[in-house]
Amino acid sequence: MPNIEELNDFTTQVRRDILRMVHKVNSGHPGGSLGCAEFFVSLYQEVLETKDDFDMDGIGEDLFFLSNGHISPVYYSTLARSGYFPVEELNTFRLINSRLQGHPTTHEGLPGIRIASGSLGQGMSVALGAAQAKKLNKDNHLVYSLHGDGELQEGQNWEAIMYASAKKVDNLISTIDLNKQQIDGATDDVLPMGSIRAKFEAFGWIVLDIEEGNNVEAILKGLEEAKSLTGQGKPVCVLLHTVMGNGVDFMMHTHAWHGKAPNDEQLANGLAQNPETLGDY
Amino acid sequence: MKTYTYTEKKDTRSGFGAGLAELGRTNPNVVALCADLIGSLKMNEFIDENPERFFQIGIAEANMMGIAAGLTIGGKIPFTGTFANFSTGRVYDQIRQSIAYSNKNVKICASHAGLTLGEDGATHQILEDIGLMKMLPGMVVINPCDYNQTKAATIAIADYDGPVYLRFGRPSVPIFTPADQKFEIGKAVQLTEGTDVTIVATGHLVWEALEASKTLQEAGISAEVINIHTIKPLDDKAILDSVAKTGCIVTAEEHNHLGGLGESVARVLALHHPTPQEFIATNDTFGESGTPAQLMDKYGLNRGAIVNAAKKVLKRK
Repeated sequence: MPNIEELNDFTTQVRRDILRMVHKVNSGHPGGSLGCAEFFVSLYQEVLETKDDFDMDGIGEDLFFLSNGHISPVYYSTLARSGYFPVEELNTFRLINSRLQGHPTTHEGLPGIRIASGSLGQGMSVALGAAQAKKLNKDNHLVYSLHGDGELQEGQNWEAIMYASAKKVDNLISTIDLNKQQIDGATDDVLPMGSIRAKFEAFGWIVLDIEEGNNVEAILKGLEEAKSLTGQGKPVCVLLHTVMGNGVDFMMHTHAWHGKAPNDEQLANGLAQNPETLGDY
Repeated sequence: MKTYTYTEKKDTRSGFGAGLAELGRTNPNVVALCADLIGSLKMNEFIDENPERFFQIGIAEANMMGIAAGLTIGGKIPFTGTFANFSTGRVYDQIRQSIAYSNKNVKICASHAGLTLGEDGATHQILEDIGLMKMLPGMVVINPCDYNQTKAATIAIADYDGPVYLRFGRPSVPIFTPADQKFEIGKAVQLTEGTDVTIVATGHLVWEALEASKTLQEAGISAEVINIHTIKPLDDKAILDSVAKTGCIVTAEEHNHLGGLGESVARVLALHHPTPQEFIATNDTFGESGTPAQLMDKYGLNRGAIVNAAKKVLKRK
């Protein structure tokens, strides 16, 4: 049984890392990162079955692809604290000569990353290819992907969503971060997308909701259910209802912190709300 | 002067199809993807023999490029097939981020490149694809000249680890290179020796360059014809060695003069050996409907145009 208290402590430390990383370079994307902290921690600490050493092919293990690459701070923090690379390297985020580029890339050889992302809408296609390679390799492990809700406005997603069910790619669990915000405002103001559930269902996917997307227990339960629904001839979509900026009160429920770093005072405030648990880098 | 003849004409896309079929038999990691153009890309033989290793994507080229990138994660060697226009311009950002920047071992195989696509017209006649692809860091760009060379190139790129753009075409053209040739990426092929003018050509223009060299010889002009099947990485040495002898050069390609082979050659010459150069290429224009021969004539991409360019560049020495 997972120790929920430990996972919550882990998440608190990831939040601190996110705040400190973006503050140091006065750039980056804290809002979406904070909103997905519980998801990343649950995924990497409990859900993904991975091998001890990272290799690009990922045969014989679960794979994860981040499509909305701008939430790199939460990805980097989780990877580092899960042992993929030294935690101290978080200090180099967005600096010259760093492996921790503004958006994730394979280009600098950072362990844990298998595809570059940042230009939106491309991750699901990549995840589909990886999932189909697993089938060719008779590898029963799963492929997970994460996408922003605003990102679904990119047309390539719908090519991929159509293909996934048509080709019965049932070893894929694609999660949508349903925080209902994007750079210019609420998704319903920028470009209303209607029911995302209805759209995925119309395209032949199994859809399930994790209503409490910032609750580790709820996420673990939801992903367990999602796993149980794989292998049934259909791809699985998880609608993860999150709060952008979660865990830092002045960053919550707004798009204002999508791509803005806190100043010194705001950092101190945010860190005070998230006391050190695993040790700062 | 060495002369070249042919007994058969075939389309270069069939060379791709034959090469892919052979790879299907020899390399279990090769997989193929197509965006609803199986017949046009001549992929049937591979598909018939390896149905489990073929992915019909439908009319969704962006998704195809992403899926290809994903298939490499798991050790596959994906060959994507569609027209050159839909292989490059339509999906530039997908190739840029998911394939080139991510350094994925994807082979982007593009048919119906250039004006010789013919009657479908400018919407389908891409003349910018070499430029688009050669600008991507790490992308290899190959444009073979006939059926045999296209088949050899298709087989060769499976053994190269990294992204490749392989460009070929629709019309039947003379087969004049050996069936058993060894294809070396980045290695130019000198076809004739000459002393007065160098002609470097790629793709369908290589045969036209050979024909032009015969006409030039009759006029007492000795032309050295070099087949540049790999535009990137460019065989700088072959070009520099030749112009050291001849002192002038004509480049010939079925592509816009902006961004094509000619510009790559000009850069090499500017850096190492400034040399008078004439460009056989389209002049910053779109194409139009017509037969391939009519179009190549109207846009100045044939043996006659090469002869005139050679005579012109000789006067600039």
